[in-house]
Amino acid sequence: MATKKRQSILSLEIIKQATIDSLIKLNPVTLFRNPVMFVVEVVAILTTIFFILNLCGITKENLFFVFQIAAWLWVTVIFGNFSEAMAEGRGKAQANSLRQTKLETKAKLLKDINDKEYKLIPGTELKKGDIVLAETGSVIPGDGEIVEGVALIDESAITGESAAVLKQSGSDKSSVIAGTKVISDWIKIKITSNPGESFLDQMIALVEGAKRQKTPNEIALCILLVGMTIVFLIATATIEMFALYAGTHIPVTILIALLVTLIPTTIGGLLSAIGIAGIDRLVQHNVLAMSGSAVEAAGDVDTLLLDKTGTITFGNRMADEFIPLSGVNELELADAAQLSSLSDETPEGRSIVKFAKDKYQLRERNLSQLNAEFIPFTAQTRMSGVNFENSEIRKGSTDAILDYIKRKNNDKSIQVPQELTQVIERISTSGGTPLVVARNDKLLGVIHLKDIVKGGMRERFEELRKMGIRTIMITGDNPLTARAISKEAGLDDFLAEAKPQDKLELIRKEQTKGKLLAMTGDGTNDAPALAQADVGVAMSSGTQAAKEAANMIDLDSNPTKLIEIVGIGKQLLITRGALTTFSIANDVAKYFAIIPAMFYITYPELGALNVMKLATPHSAILSAVIFNALIILLLLPLALKGVVFKPLGAAAILRKNLLIYGLGGIVVPFIGIKVIDILVNFLHLV
Amino acid sequence: MNLNGILQIILYFFVILLLIKPIGLYMTRVFNKEKTFFDPILCPIEKLVYKLSGVNSKEEQNWLEYAKSLILFNLIGVVVLYSILRFQNILPFNPTKSDSISPDLAFNIAASFTSNTNWQSYVPEGTISYFTEMLGLTVQNFLSAATGIAMAIAFIRALAREQSNTIGNFWIDLVRSTLWVLLPLSFIFSMIFVFEGIPQNLKPYVHARTIEGKIQILPQGPIASRESIKAIGTNGGGILNANSAHPYENPSPLTNFLQLIAIFLIGAALTNTFGRMVKDERQGWVLFTAMGILFLFGVFASYYFESLGNPLLKDFAKINMEGKEVRFGILGSVLYAIVTTAASCGAVNSMHSSFLPISGMMPLINIMLGEIIIGGVGVGLSGMFLFAIIAVFIAGLMVGRTPEYLGKKIETKEIKMSVLAVLILPLCVHCFSAFACTTPWGVRGPLNMGPHGFSEIIYAFSSASGNNGSAFAGLNANSFFYNLTTGLAMLIGRFLIIVPTLAIAGSLVRKKLVPPSSGTLPTTGLTFVFYLILVIITVGGLVYFPALSLGPIVEHFLMISGKVF
Repeated sequence: MATKKRQSILSLEIIKQATIDSLIKLNPVTLFRNPVMFVVEVVAILTTIFFILNLCGITKENLFFVFQIAAWLWVTVIFGNFSEAMAEGRGKAQANSLRQTKLETKAKLLKDINDKEYKLIPGTELKKGDIVLAETGSVIPGDGEIVEGVALIDESAITGESAAVLKQSGSDKSSVIAGTKVISDWIKIKITSNPGESFLDQMIALVEGAKRQKTPNEIALCILLVGMTIVFLIATATIEMFALYAGTHIPVTILIALLVTLIPTTIGGLLSAIGIAGIDRLVQHNVLAMSGSAVEAAGDVDTLLLDKTGTITFGNRMADEFIPLSGVNELELADAAQLSSLSDETPEGRSIVKFAKDKYQLRERNLSQLNAEFIPFTAQTRMSGVNFENSEIRKGSTDAILDYIKRKNNDKSIQVPQELTQVIERISTSGGTPLVVARNDKLLGVIHLKDIVKGGMRERFEELRKMGIRTIMITGDNPLTARAISKEAGLDDFLAEAKPQDKLELIRKEQTKGKLLAMTGDGTNDAPALAQADVGVAMSSGTQAAKEAANMIDLDSNPTKLIEIVGIGKQLLITRGALTTFSIANDVAKYFAIIPAMFYITYPELGALNVMKLATPHSAILSAVIFNALIILLLLPLALKGVVFKPLGAAAILRKNLLIYGLGGIVVPFIGIKVIDILVNFLHLV
Repeated sequence: MNLNGILQIILYFFVILLLIKPIGLYMTRVFNKEKTFFDPILCPIEKLVYKLSGVNSKEEQNWLEYAKSLILFNLIGVVVLYSILRFQNILPFNPTKSDSISPDLAFNIAASFTSNTNWQSYVPEGTISYFTEMLGLTVQNFLSAATGIAMAIAFIRALAREQSNTIGNFWIDLVRSTLWVLLPLSFIFSMIFVFEGIPQNLKPYVHARTIEGKIQILPQGPIASRESIKAIGTNGGGILNANSAHPYENPSPLTNFLQLIAIFLIGAALTNTFGRMVKDERQGWVLFTAMGILFLFGVFASYYFESLGNPLLKDFAKINMEGKEVRFGILGSVLYAIVTTAASCGAVNSMHSSFLPISGMMPLINIMLGEIIIGGVGVGLSGMFLFAIIAVFIAGLMVGRTPEYLGKKIETKEIKMSVLAVLILPLCVHCFSAFACTTPWGVRGPLNMGPHGFSEIIYAFSSASGNNGSAFAGLNANSFFYNLTTGLAMLIGRFLIIVPTLAIAGSLVRKKLVPPSSGTLPTTGLTFVFYLILVIITVGGLVYFPALSLGPIVEHFLMISGKVF
């Protein structure tokens, strides 16, 4: 299993860089991408100008108060920038550790495939179509496809998987990733990406805020936030005119304070951090995504197509039950089954020995000490077993064993006993494989071999069902076996005797019903289906064609990863929604802090709205502004880690999050502003 | 508050509840062109209308064509009405010898009646001839209401259909709303109103000599028929200046009750029509529940505060009867005020300006929220759809899926248009009010001082932009400035919201229906109702808080401390 390259949120290095970046990001040209924060910056500049005017004695307001408001407005913008920079920093650190090796490698460039001489160039200069040579001990300089040769490759640098993989040209395992190492032999590789276009480069671009393309969903949210900003802008600007009617005048600083606390700065400041952190979480799971939208699409997926072998089952049939015939002791059968399999190195054989040990506490024995001879399986005999000095044990298919019994007893009229037929039929209909065991001339019983469903899969599919996601198993097995396994694993549906084009057809059919599908694949024949699926995850061990068709790559080549990817996509959207709700709900408390303070002189009666009993009008306004800035920083860890996501139905999630972020969003600022107000007065800041 | 009053509120709400399903079903049949009771009489008329106007009744329109037809039709309405008003002195049926109407007022009236606002800055009796009354104002009362219903039906179709391009035919929806829905209902209500003693004639005004020997002019006219469409079409424009406070318009508690029923009738039933057309009636009930909760909150808050009476007068008068008709009392007046503002009607049976500050604020809040609590016929429901779309969008994110409403994915375009449509109202209210507050022509309007005067201004522009039409009273609105500004506010508040709303419909109708799963955000159930209310209040309402603080809220606290205006 891969070692996850996790890092703590508070890495000093990243914080240092993020602090510098948050100042660079003050550049209005780049900040314009985030309209809410841009507005804050503009009014921060305005307030600073007012402060200078005050300083020069042109206008007369409380100098220290205006200074503090201006300072906190700048802090608000910087905190917003800092959030983005932190998310970027973490993502970059993640990607850089992957990229590191690539920068340092030299490539042995060949003119063409038959070239004997190579030219040494830096790995970063490789272009699409270049042919390079990689020999024992060298690091592969770029993503590509093996065009000649076979080699054992260590991919641990990328995947964390220590076992080396055999890769060879023309096979399903012909693609190689930059940064992996050739352990033995040599290969010629055709480079498949230009500089800056490799998966890694795409990934790095995705975690860099400035270059990142906003996803459609993010754009929609942005429009909502901009709309609210505009309307609050008008509402605060008109207050001055309403105040004029009431025969008073509101200082611009206070209007600005009201505006900034009302517009959705919390979500505005965290929005891009949330998006980047989502991609970053994928990288932590060793998954590379081609676009941010792919991650969001993962949250929307309705149907998962899962390959049976390797995803749902271990891929090998294993012993699951010993069924003795009447008159035979269960232990006797287990003993015979174990003896016959001790030297049987097939996965089935090993599973029988293991099963006998686990269930019947039969220790492994040494055949040579028992003076026994192992009879291996052959295509002719279709059975295997052991020969002792005075006895024989055989296991094999029903027909083969029956022949064996007939021969032993010298009686060609022996029929399969009724009892045995029933057992075999039961096993077959359940999708398993029966293995009949005989000792000498006697039938002992049957070993039930079956495709074992991986532990915990049933529970995971149950979780998925709660989230409203259907699971469909794809298998080459016959429908009978497929049904049995899909029932055991708790899947919703299955596609038996599936050919690659069946997969594609299934995807198209589901899509016309308006569903979004996700699948994994590794072979070239998976490519069309991967391209058609809304979320296509290619295994890093797979072919180049599969990788190009997919919109995500799993470096661990773990097909169950799909389930985690869906979770990450959902978590990303939930975090965005939860913080938006929180941000909007915050406004209630801010009104109660600022409105009474704002009209304190003209209408002291509005002091009745000062439910928080804030000490003075100035401390109330300052506290609201400080709270508004600090909340961005306080919520940053949540934005980076993502809201806790439990697989539940939509209604339950909504109820829960509404309670936490809706109600919390109303209550928290009342407490927060009150506490800050006490501090502000304690420190005599106003 | 007393038990009798509470029971009346409950009775009213209960009767509305009973009527929702039958009327909802009837309208569903009308707009799906299924068989109805009135077909034998109305179908030939419908055919004749199409033949005369050259409408191809088989053809459907996409959203843009639909919007163009709607705008064109209403533009013609404005021009025709303007001309009638300007030339009424030379047109027939003018026994009261009403003069030609000045250009600014004529523009204001034309904008007011085509936009279903029925804001009246003039005194109708003596200003408006019977010809204008019937062929100008009443015609627009029908057509503006039909326009609203047509838009709602088009929007519902967009939600019900899948991967289609068209949302219906405006002309057909217009004709069917008028013939099948508005006319029969108006007829029934008019008959009852006549029976209850509301005048219906074309006689000149009666000059009567009172006991004191003075001459009193008793206005006449086709009052009963106007009264019914005024309520049913949520128009609100009265034939008399005192509107439903006048005994000729609203003589008895029964007519009062019937008017209240008529105001909510179509708006409430449309939620059911919506549910039926999208084949899930619960979806309609969810919207109605959200509306109902907000409505009851408004009624009870207003009733509670109004019943407290003015603390400064507690030694003289227990209850605040200023500006109220004795035959309606506190509850009858408060309920009418809330219903008329919830539903964008604008008829009044008491003077909202004379309410105590907080109870007078509730009608204002109803208007400011965009009149989505039942709302104007059609537009109220579509306003609710806009909030539902925004609510679904944020809530959808919160459950981790790209949001869907009724199986339609809510994407950038829908959000863009919803935000635009939802924001027009607060922008309009704030900008026009600010303009009025800072210009001498605007400041001249209010008759009262201080925050109460401010309330009068902000109420006027809320009422105009929100197409409500009720007046807070106490504002001298028949000036060039107010006629022009409120006229513009009415047109913006109507048509700048209708166009983006239809654009959303055009985008939704093309989408595939995504089948629901347990991962889909359920838009039925109480959680969603409360979330929707939260979004309406935070996105639609909070923005008015500063303005309200300077108006009714501060007035309330000032009153407690002994200062009144």
